[in-house]
Amino acid sequence: MDPKTLRFSKTHEWVHLNGDIATVGVSDFAVKELTDIVHLEFPEVGTSVSAGQPFGEIESVKSVNDLYSPVAGVIEAVNSDLEDNLALMSDDPYGAGWVVRIKVSDASAYESLLDHAAYEQMCQSGH
Amino acid sequence: MPYLFATDEQRRQMLDVIGVSSLEELLAQVPQELQLERPLDLPPAMAEFELEHELQAIAKQNKSRTCFMGGGAYDHFIPAVVDEIAGRGEFYTAYTPYQPEASQGSLQAFFEYQTLICQLTGMDVSNASLYEGGTAVSEAVFMAMRVNGREKKVVLSAGVNPEYRQTVETYLCELGCQVVTAPVANGTTDLGQLEAAIDDQTACVVVQSPNFFGCIEDVSAVSGMAKAAGALSVMSFDPISLGVLKRPGDHGVDIAVAEGQGLGTPLQYGGPYLGILACRQQYVRKMPGRLIAQTKDRDGKTCYVLGLQTREQHIRRDKATSNICTNQGLLALRATIYLSVLGPAGLKEVATHCCQRAHDLAAKLCQIPGVSLMYSAPFFKEFVLKVDNVNAFVAKAHAAGFDVGPDLHADSGILVAVTEKRTQAEIDAFVAAVS
Amino acid sequence: MENTLSTRSLFEMSAPGRRGTQFPLPADGPALSDLLPAEVLAESAPGLPELTEPDVVRHFVNLSKRNMSVDSHFYPLGSCTMKYNPKRHERWAKFSGIGDLHPHIRPQDSQGMLRMLYESQKMLGEIAGLPAVSLQPAAGAQGEFTALLVAAAYFRDKGETRKKVVFPASAHGTNPASAALAGFECVQLDASQNGFVDVEQLAKHVDTDTAVFMITNPNTLGLFEKDIHRISQMLHDVGALVYIDGANMNAVLGITRPGDFGGDMMHYNVHKTFTGPHGAGGPGAGPIAVRDFLADYLPGPIVTKADGEDGNPVYDLATPSKSIGRVRSFFGNVGILLRGYFYLRTLGAHGLRRVSEDAILNANYLKERLRDVLPVPNGERCMHEFVASAKQLKDERGVTAMDIAKRLLDYGFHAPTVYFPLVVAEALMMEPTETESLETLDAFVEAIQAIAKEDPEFLKEAPHTTPVRRPDEVAAARKPVLCWDACLDG
Repeated sequence: MDPKTLRFSKTHEWVHLNGDIATVGVSDFAVKELTDIVHLEFPEVGTSVSAGQPFGEIESVKSVNDLYSPVAGVIEAVNSDLEDNLALMSDDPYGAGWVVRIKVSDASAYESLLDHAAYEQMCQSGH
Repeated sequence: MPYLFATDEQRRQMLDVIGVSSLEELLAQVPQELQLERPLDLPPAMAEFELEHELQAIAKQNKSRTCFMGGGAYDHFIPAVVDEIAGRGEFYTAYTPYQPEASQGSLQAFFEYQTLICQLTGMDVSNASLYEGGTAVSEAVFMAMRVNGREKKVVLSAGVNPEYRQTVETYLCELGCQVVTAPVANGTTDLGQLEAAIDDQTACVVVQSPNFFGCIEDVSAVSGMAKAAGALSVMSFDPISLGVLKRPGDHGVDIAVAEGQGLGTPLQYGGPYLGILACRQQYVRKMPGRLIAQTKDRDGKTCYVLGLQTREQHIRRDKATSNICTNQGLLALRATIYLSVLGPAGLKEVATHCCQRAHDLAAKLCQIPGVSLMYSAPFFKEFVLKVDNVNAFVAKAHAAGFDVGPDLHADSGILVAVTEKRTQAEIDAFVAAVS
Repeated sequence: MENTLSTRSLFEMSAPGRRGTQFPLPADGPALSDLLPAEVLAESAPGLPELTEPDVVRHFVNLSKRNMSVDSHFYPLGSCTMKYNPKRHERWAKFSGIGDLHPHIRPQDSQGMLRMLYESQKMLGEIAGLPAVSLQPAAGAQGEFTALLVAAAYFRDKGETRKKVVFPASAHGTNPASAALAGFECVQLDASQNGFVDVEQLAKHVDTDTAVFMITNPNTLGLFEKDIHRISQMLHDVGALVYIDGANMNAVLGITRPGDFGGDMMHYNVHKTFTGPHGAGGPGAGPIAVRDFLADYLPGPIVTKADGEDGNPVYDLATPSKSIGRVRSFFGNVGILLRGYFYLRTLGAHGLRRVSEDAILNANYLKERLRDVLPVPNGERCMHEFVASAKQLKDERGVTAMDIAKRLLDYGFHAPTVYFPLVVAEALMMEPTETESLETLDAFVEAIQAIAKEDPEFLKEAPHTTPVRRPDEVAAARKPVLCWDACLDG
């Protein structure tokens, strides 16, 4: 996916919205910042998530960060390919490195997410 | 002054380098009004030879007798090699292996400990130790709550060591979690009542075998009941008993915990001891405490590091799997040496001795009028004796130089434990003394 | 000189039929199957390695040589107080009547033990300026947890519901972890500019919903919180309690007391301050000391003293009237507590104060001598430890705190604590302790000065002389191998 077509949260998740299905991943910038990702804690399929709330965790050797849902809905799928190959997150963060798919119940938060240019600017300014 | 280095001249020299005229100037960081203006009120300093003399006298004020005591701590034999190796300063004066290159000795020993515990228990993964048996049960309960998200209720058998149960209750007291205790009938858990206590809100079911009364429980039945309700099963075991008894893994339990004192740690009035916790592979990221992982170094050599540290308090802080920071490294090392030097045959021999001698003693005691076994359930190395007058029984044992107990306050019962250290002559003399 | 044959895994060294310690069984003993039902017996003995005693000795002796330790090396690991562990303690702890005492022995038969533990309670209460002591907690983290439960019970008894525990950003991770375990909400202050608690910021979080403020003093930067009295006053004004994390007590023995600067509760780390052996990670002992009005809530048993009929003291065990209950089985980590007792009896009041004075002197000397290479961002002076920063070296030459730490191992020094606390960039936290000589400190300074001049690429490859070099922690975390693999298959 072309990152320019995606929206981004301030907490570094990206979202691709297609109808009522949102694909969510972690931005290239954040993956690089975390250096080597060692573990993802996925939510169970069927779990309800709300916008801005944690749905999982991402770990490097000596840090752990929450993953925040950019939209409200229900977890429809998790990317089980990552379980054996976390390198996908750095090799192809906007494609094969996606993390979850959410069936969106309320997309209102989507509109307030950053576009690619604004997100890049945020990262460059050191946040 | 013992253990201090700086001579007066050197102190002067160091103060000069620091750029202060006196120590008082350096201490001015502590506001004057908060400084203690008198010496601490402590006993006077004593030289090594003087204090040793006093401590010898103090030690004599403790009346340690030939030990038939149990209740969670046991007088097992400790091979000399355990003290000899664990007493090496390279092991006991090192700290947490934050620099793996400077700590491969301890790291490998702890990795071997984890493996030995897995082999002993038949479980998939062991941590590198917890404080002791009671907190190990408490940590297992927390772990179960994290695994299945059930935070409102846990079920414990009344056969679990009462001090462990009290510890669990204290640990849970601010979290709004109900602790239900299922009763014991004729020495073992009343399985009907236990099953009735388990529901779809129950995080875990905790059973001990051999239990506090020495009796062997039907752990497989308990783990089955837990599983049927979606709860985890936790078994507290006696590591020495696993020389002959079925292992926690054979019983299908999810988490196995133990007091590991019997594996080469002296009694020393209750601690430090060794908390053992092992579990199934799928729960590894919910485990409390330190874990050692095997990896390769940059030259491809096999080596060891602290593993899965993101579970721990120094990274995850308030969301950590436990607040534990230290482990019981020195005691885990002792257990590692102990199990290495005993091997499978040695552990089986120790367990067999315990079991044979306990049964021999029980049979002989039961021939005394007014003395009988409280329960008929199978036991391993410890049993509850029913006597007419507990105090009189204990007094006779003491007078002949034997310790026994603890007594069970409620119903004129007293615990008797027999280890491999008790000789036939001691057993016979004990029987004669209380007859 | 390394014997890698003997540092193979125990499981690789095993050979079927080899025996170590044996426990021959009587020929005429009953079969187990006559004593126990078949369904409780294992089908085979556990799959432990089969080794001789010489195998075991050589294995562990060679492993021990792969450790750095206080007995063998300078070990300035900040926050850990790696001081000398007196050998006499090891002998005394094993005395017959001490090391072999069963925990269920009755008080009348353990008067000597109870006397030592009673005197420990008194001495720890005096050093803290907080008179009521429980020796039960097994380690500092459990001491924190225990004290927070005591606080919760105290507030409940007063009919108050307070949910918040507040602590600074530089707090040990155990503080929030213990608070969460005790059912409190954690409020972390933002890092301050000057290394001290930001009193104005703290004030915003202190209200009648605040139960406890947890603070390490001296703090994790090695600075004595100069406003501690004012801070304590602020907490007391709203009815909250002040908890002192005693990790850094080695700085203030006999100089000032937590109870005198406003603390209501504290824990000791006996294995740090009072020389319990660190054992590559434990055991510790974490006794707590609290104010009189909290004494009734302490876990039991504690040791009491009364006058006997013959005029001699009689010691007994008692559980406080409103006790929170036990936090572990048995009395406590007595073996470690006694080493602390022996230490205090050896040093006395004067010696104990000298310990802290020399610890402060050594730290300030080291700090001053390293100033040019590794400056300390916070504080002109320090207490018993300081946090230096390699930021300058990193900016100028690309050399990180970790590179320096790893290279120090080649020079025969254990590394300082690195990257803690997080509030200092490229942190190197150094605590020399009082049991190190000026000669050792000078040699350490020279090593760091030499390292600072070395080729950065060479430093990235360090250490060069250790048995292993820069283990792959990423691989270890991604696919954790926690058990010898041949055993996993079997």
